[in-house]
Amino acid sequence: MKYLFPILVILTGILLSYAMYMALSPNGAPTEQTMGMVQRIFYYHVPSAWTAFLLFFINLGASVYYLIKRCPTADILALVTAEVGVVFCTVVLVTGPIWARPVWGIWWTWDMRLTSTLVLWLIYVSYLFLRKFSSSGQTPVLAAALAILGALCVPFVYFSIWFFRTQHPQPVMGGGGSIDPRMLHVLLLNWLAFSCFAFLVCWSRFRLEKLQREVDEAHALRSLLDEPGGKSRSAR
Amino acid sequence: MTSNPYLFAAYAATWIIHIVYLATIMRRYSRLKLEVDDLNRK
Repeated sequence: MKYLFPILVILTGILLSYAMYMALSPNGAPTEQTMGMVQRIFYYHVPSAWTAFLLFFINLGASVYYLIKRCPTADILALVTAEVGVVFCTVVLVTGPIWARPVWGIWWTWDMRLTSTLVLWLIYVSYLFLRKFSSSGQTPVLAAALAILGALCVPFVYFSIWFFRTQHPQPVMGGGGSIDPRMLHVLLLNWLAFSCFAFLVCWSRFRLEKLQREVDEAHALRSLLDEPGGKSRSAR
Repeated sequence: MTSNPYLFAAYAATWIIHIVYLATIMRRYSRLKLEVDDLNRK
């Protein structure tokens, strides 16, 4: 058990390296005829988006569970998945414009897919700000409610290109389009690699948050014991 | 092939974002470890 985490780190590192090789090499995924090499951004852009969506759904589950059971572990899981999800969503928002510039001739356009992704990112950034700067006892409950709102936006972001005219291409899954099987293979490989990476980052962040709460509790206990007569200020 | 700098930029940006985030986790962890040591000493 002690060596499980380092072993998983090494395996994930190998998987990420192999997935990157497959994404960049013509031996892995074929070069797209219209866009050329720049289309290979797809193998990082799309799996990052899917990983972010997956993390936001885990965040939703943990938030709902926290609202029902008031379980602190669920609260930590919600915080961690939101934070790592925001990192992946940031990758989507950065790689998207880098891909758009050579293909569309513009960095950004206020169409529904791009705007809704930005709004989703802003919702989860505000969630993290709420967690960081609010010291109220009700913060986890408010954050859980905000997380539910955020997760409701995820299907809207994904399917926005069905309901609105947009410059963004149709979704790879469920969009009615077709994709070369070798491209799909590399895409899924990269998603698997990013999902494993996200899992490990969440694991580390979860342990850190748990330790942080234990230290905060120890500080609170010590400050109570340090009071003259072992009484807290509020009790006096 | 003229678009290769964009491909490089996208991949580099992805890893820079992840590495910066991992660095913040490691920094928070080492700060917390100091706090734990401090608590144990008292």
